[in-house]
Amino acid sequence: MKSMRDGFGESLLELGENNPDIVVLTADLAESTRVKDFAEKFPDRFFQVGVAEQGLVTIAAGMAAAGKIPFITSYAVFSPGRTWEQIKVTAALNDVPVKIIGAHAGFGASMYGATHESLEDIALMRVIPNMVVVSPCDFIEAKKATRAIAGNGKPTYLRLARQDSLVLTKSDDTFEIGKASILYEAKNPQVALIGTGPVLVEALEAAKQLEEGGLGAVVINLHTIKPIDEQTLIHFSKITGAVVTVEEHQIMGGMGSAVSEMLSKNFPVPMEFIGVKDSFGESAKNYNDLWKKFGLKKENIIEAVKKAILRRGS
Amino acid sequence: MTRLSPSELQKISKEVRKDIIQMIYKAGSGHPGGSLSSVEIMVALYFGILEEQDRFFLSNGHVCPALYAVMAQKGMIPKEKLSTYTEMGSPLQGHPERTKLKGIENTSGPLGLGLAQAAGYAVFAKDSYVYCETSDAEHNEGNHWEAVMFAAKYKINNLIQIVDRNRIQIEGTTEEIMPIGSLSEKYKAFDWDVAEINGHSFDEIFMAVEAVKKSRAKPNVIIANTTFGKDVSFMEDNPDWHARTPTEEEYTKAMEELK
Repeated sequence: MKSMRDGFGESLLELGENNPDIVVLTADLAESTRVKDFAEKFPDRFFQVGVAEQGLVTIAAGMAAAGKIPFITSYAVFSPGRTWEQIKVTAALNDVPVKIIGAHAGFGASMYGATHESLEDIALMRVIPNMVVVSPCDFIEAKKATRAIAGNGKPTYLRLARQDSLVLTKSDDTFEIGKASILYEAKNPQVALIGTGPVLVEALEAAKQLEEGGLGAVVINLHTIKPIDEQTLIHFSKITGAVVTVEEHQIMGGMGSAVSEMLSKNFPVPMEFIGVKDSFGESAKNYNDLWKKFGLKKENIIEAVKKAILRRGS
Repeated sequence: MTRLSPSELQKISKEVRKDIIQMIYKAGSGHPGGSLSSVEIMVALYFGILEEQDRFFLSNGHVCPALYAVMAQKGMIPKEKLSTYTEMGSPLQGHPERTKLKGIENTSGPLGLGLAQAAGYAVFAKDSYVYCETSDAEHNEGNHWEAVMFAAKYKINNLIQIVDRNRIQIEGTTEEIMPIGSLSEKYKAFDWDVAEINGHSFDEIFMAVEAVKKSRAKPNVIIANTTFGKDVSFMEDNPDWHARTPTEEEYTKAMEELK
């Protein structure tokens, strides 16, 4: 069990060594967003802007205009939550490579309640032109994603969870922005489970159980929500004819919506959506209690698969 | 930079003011009051202050007719392009865009965002001066003050903010809408070096900038007291002209006054 934010922090430190243009800014959250090591090692390239998320984005945009690659960290509820217009205008419309790190996304800050649970950030970011949206699923992938976004030359949102979670990917798996990866594929898949983030673990569990019951599934890790990997998604939509999306985010506007927009146009198949259904989160001991309450668990996915397959017909 | 004489600069300013009125009249949209108040600030910058390595960030982007007109005078935009202001496909967007027009450092219009970008840029451009024009009204914005504190903390001494203190915003005077009071005192309290000048006097603008360059102690703000709608009698100090297009009659009268 390891956390994505630790992967991010480690990767950032390596990037700092190799690329003098990497700079880091935080809004009073250096420790919990794991940029403290970078700050200690590269004090001249670290900026503590205070509890000032709007400043965080706009100052970074100026640095990016000066040729730097700023990584800016806060909790996702505050940035991009509070900073949407600043991101739109000064990062995206300016088309400068600000890297927005949204930490504690999803239900990770469960003990703090709805104000600190970010269930809207994918929707907020993917709607902005020029923006790249990356949502890794584990420690290893967070490391790779951090490295990849440093070099993509674009304004980019990186969504990170708070909790320690199972490592679902391997060090030697390739990671390419915009190219979905396959976490598991049954011999003769009847359904495509498309997920993003650590909740993919539930999709894998569901796939296992479905297979025991004689129904094969493919589990697709859609770590890049924008640009979306049309080729892979269309391919598996054709093969299976039934799709279930799984995300720790509002269904409206989220990853599943992005998949649906694309498939409706290219190869529509019956789809079901696992995610938060137009409601706020709440306090809980841990994220898993909220996954249960809001229907993001294996059982919910299996239920959704049955519905999708029923709708598809034989 | 070799400077033009005050009378030559005044001549350019007059041409810029005419261009502003023409652009807004032709486009049927724009912000004449603030554009007219900031003319000398921008003429001073482009014709007497900015060196090659220096940068200018316009924060209150709605006054871009002034910037476009000054850039045209400077030869950075073909003069005939000015008439395309706000037209579809024109690089002269209704609010300026970095990716659409060479020479624009920052996309702007939404208020309170420019100083932060200028400050961020200035951190990594220590061998240059980074100038930023802001409006007084955008001091209502929280984002602006976040940048003010950041610049003081990191002692960004190559940052020179010029506030167009014309005392008017959309719905009234700055002191009615959200009292700003003494900007000088506020900036001193925020640990900036402060100068307060007549923003229509080239001598005063140049002297203030020279003084800043000598001291280089802290981030610098020059509060330029200006007249909203400057030199068009019926626009002066009248909030109605924040974003109004002149009628044909008003246009003729304005151009007559600017002769």
